[in-house]
Amino acid sequence: MSTASVPLPNWITYGLMPFLNLVVAFLISGVVVWFIGESPLDAVTLLLQGALGNGEGIGFTLYYATNFIFTGLSVAVAYHAGLFNIGSEGQAYVGGLGAALASLALDHYVPWYVTMPFAVVGAAIFGAAWALIPAWLQAKRGSHIVITTIMFNFIGAAMMVYLLVHVLIVPGKMAPETRVFLEGGQLPKLDWLIAMFGGKLGPAPFNASFLIALFMCVVVWVLIWRTKLGYEIRTLGANPTAAVYAGIPYVKTVIITMLISGGLAGMMALNPVLGASARLQVEFVGGAGFVGIAVSLMGRSHPLGIVLAAILFGVLYQGGDALSFDMPKITRDMIVVIQGLVILFAGALEYLFRPTIVRVWQRFGKA
Amino acid sequence: MSPTPTAAPAIELIGIDKKFGAVHANKNINLTVAKGSIHGIIGENGAGKSTLMSILYGFYHADAGSIRINGKDTVIHDSQAAISAGIGMVHQHFMLVENFSVLENVILGVEGGALLGRGVSEARTALKRLEADYGLEVDPDAIIEELPVGLQQRVEILKALYRGAEILILDEPTGVLTPAEADHLFKILGVLRDQGKTIVLITHKLREIMAITDTVSVMRRGEMVATRNTSETTVEELAELMVGRRVLLRVEKGPAAPSDVVLSVRNLTVKDGRGVTMVDNVSFDVRAGEVVGIAGVAGNGQSELLEAITGIRKPASGEILMHGQPVTGFDSARLRALGLGHIPEDRHHMGLVLGFEENENSILGYHRDPRYGRGMLLDLDACRDDAKAKIEKYDIRPPNCRLKTANFSGGNQQKIVVAREIERDPSLLVVGQPTRGVDIGAIEFIHRRLIAMRDAGKAVLLVSVELDEIRSLSDRILVMFAGRVVGEKTPDTGEQTLGLMMAGIAA
Repeated sequence: MSTASVPLPNWITYGLMPFLNLVVAFLISGVVVWFIGESPLDAVTLLLQGALGNGEGIGFTLYYATNFIFTGLSVAVAYHAGLFNIGSEGQAYVGGLGAALASLALDHYVPWYVTMPFAVVGAAIFGAAWALIPAWLQAKRGSHIVITTIMFNFIGAAMMVYLLVHVLIVPGKMAPETRVFLEGGQLPKLDWLIAMFGGKLGPAPFNASFLIALFMCVVVWVLIWRTKLGYEIRTLGANPTAAVYAGIPYVKTVIITMLISGGLAGMMALNPVLGASARLQVEFVGGAGFVGIAVSLMGRSHPLGIVLAAILFGVLYQGGDALSFDMPKITRDMIVVIQGLVILFAGALEYLFRPTIVRVWQRFGKA
Repeated sequence: MSPTPTAAPAIELIGIDKKFGAVHANKNINLTVAKGSIHGIIGENGAGKSTLMSILYGFYHADAGSIRINGKDTVIHDSQAAISAGIGMVHQHFMLVENFSVLENVILGVEGGALLGRGVSEARTALKRLEADYGLEVDPDAIIEELPVGLQQRVEILKALYRGAEILILDEPTGVLTPAEADHLFKILGVLRDQGKTIVLITHKLREIMAITDTVSVMRRGEMVATRNTSETTVEELAELMVGRRVLLRVEKGPAAPSDVVLSVRNLTVKDGRGVTMVDNVSFDVRAGEVVGIAGVAGNGQSELLEAITGIRKPASGEILMHGQPVTGFDSARLRALGLGHIPEDRHHMGLVLGFEENENSILGYHRDPRYGRGMLLDLDACRDDAKAKIEKYDIRPPNCRLKTANFSGGNQQKIVVAREIERDPSLLVVGQPTRGVDIGAIEFIHRRLIAMRDAGKAVLLVSVELDEIRSLSDRILVMFAGRVVGEKTPDTGEQTLGLMMAGIAA
């Protein structure tokens, strides 16, 4: 209790502390790897090689990171208003419907760059719509947003399965998915970007939604720190009583914030749906909404932090795949354990080392 | 009065030094408190009183120096060690479990075993004995949240005594008490002293120091600047020692020149979140050019009345008019647009966002104003220039508008709020507890600002539980008890009369 209020410089709070947490998470993961009889050093090498060793690996890493940037931003925006949006998963899923409908409607007639804005808006609107009811329930009825967004994940999943199995399925096919979009309904690969750094993208699905994600980072940064709405969102999140005092309308702010959050989550669908598989499939989100919570926590709800954390989780995803391929003893589940440790130390135990650092800082810092 | 010189002092602090980063909170402090005496420690906020007491109670470790209790070198590494050395502390904010009984709170942490039965019955006997010895009557089975604040504080004292405290530290104990309750507390402290207990009283109220202490130490900017026998000093000398310059304790003001009615409250009834009527059919007017003070013990409806007038809580019935225009049920943004300024009772809870930078707080509530950016965007340069101007004008320290608000002292935080609300030049200024937890220098400053507002023809409504403050600032005093205005008095009314009215005894 005695060290909690001591201010520390930003490079410690935002640089050193997450780094230490990460190191500890990896050290413990190393112990786990060692227990099952593999060399931790080899495992790390394989993981990094697989994620960053060549153009294809990097392409996959950034593809995953793109998902996590969108969902991370989604969680972060809500978090700034003091709302814990657990529903990014479902909002992304439903957002996929909006994106797919735009592509299905337009891909016969126009090139991809005409379809893209419609798909972006469609994904955002559908994702936002899926956040609207929980937002309204929170704002008007006080129903806890954590509970309602979790429930909406389930409802959304069931609804999407129904639509894909009964409505959007290609007649005569067995797979619950839409038809494959034509080129006019797809987002182009970013092979040129990888080529700029001398790599080859190969079959990796790294695509233009990465650039949209980076653009949204800037948009979110401006929204939160440079607009009056962002000021109101932050006030509501940091001190709800002060928000009432300042005449900030609670209902309106909560609903708008959740619409933005849901819209960002919905836009995540662009990456797998339009960028990778060129069709809407069952369960294409694959947990990215939940990873977004960890990414947002680790990135301290700041777009820059979110990009870095998203790339880290991209590395873990892609490197983990490569690792489990090369070291059969390390299964997919082991990778989940390692991710879990990162989330545990970076998120839940983010202040683990703070008291120690404060003590060291007071002794050796600015005298 | 004076303790016997032969006995070893109860507390000796020798060369205590403590730094927080660049902040030198305690500089080579020496303090001796005689056994069986009441020793006052005064100083402005940030002078280092709390740090010093936290070191004594084991919350912090001193960088240098040593502590002797009853002549014995003692290392106090945590509060457990402090308790076993016979030190008890009554915090400013009570550390009680609200929905537990008195008895349960007293034994909390010293239950004496996995099963409660024996501990409880032992504690019951012990409480009876403490009651008899010190006149500390409390029903051991009463639930804390149902007790008045004065009794809750008594439970805190009982807790310390039950743990065998011989030295009692009280941190700003009278902040939440009525004058009568405070007097009662002082009587209890007197009894405790006569029974040989040693008492350290931290306060910023000079009157209390004069009324009850035997000796007094003054702290300023981390240093112990003086220690006096209370009988040989004066309020003026202590105030000067605290602030480092001469201060005016009374507010200089001329007669009021009230004109048009600005605020009209008609038959206002307000209920709290549980549906309990907190303000009961209250009516009054506030005119331009006068300060109307609302006196009362905390919890008699003043907070709810303020919240209803300032648009934070919707009234259950009745009417509020500003400049003759009905504004009942308006939110605070609309009221601000009509000329309301509001310095809220609790700056941490309501008036500031502590995690924000100073300049962000200096626009709170006015952030939609075009001067802070056209359209949707915030113009950060405009915000910061505006904040810098206020910092300069109100002498807010440190003069850094990018600093996190939590890192300002209480007095400077309050100045941020006062500057924000007054600089908008409101026609009606509603003020709650303007100097709670604020140091003397800042109190003087804030009081002068409020009077200047009055003299500029603004209507000022002041709510405070500090009777001194109400009496020295107000032109008319309304006394609230149990949600009703029980009377109107002039500011020269005696403290006793007002005190009785506040207790609901006389009208």
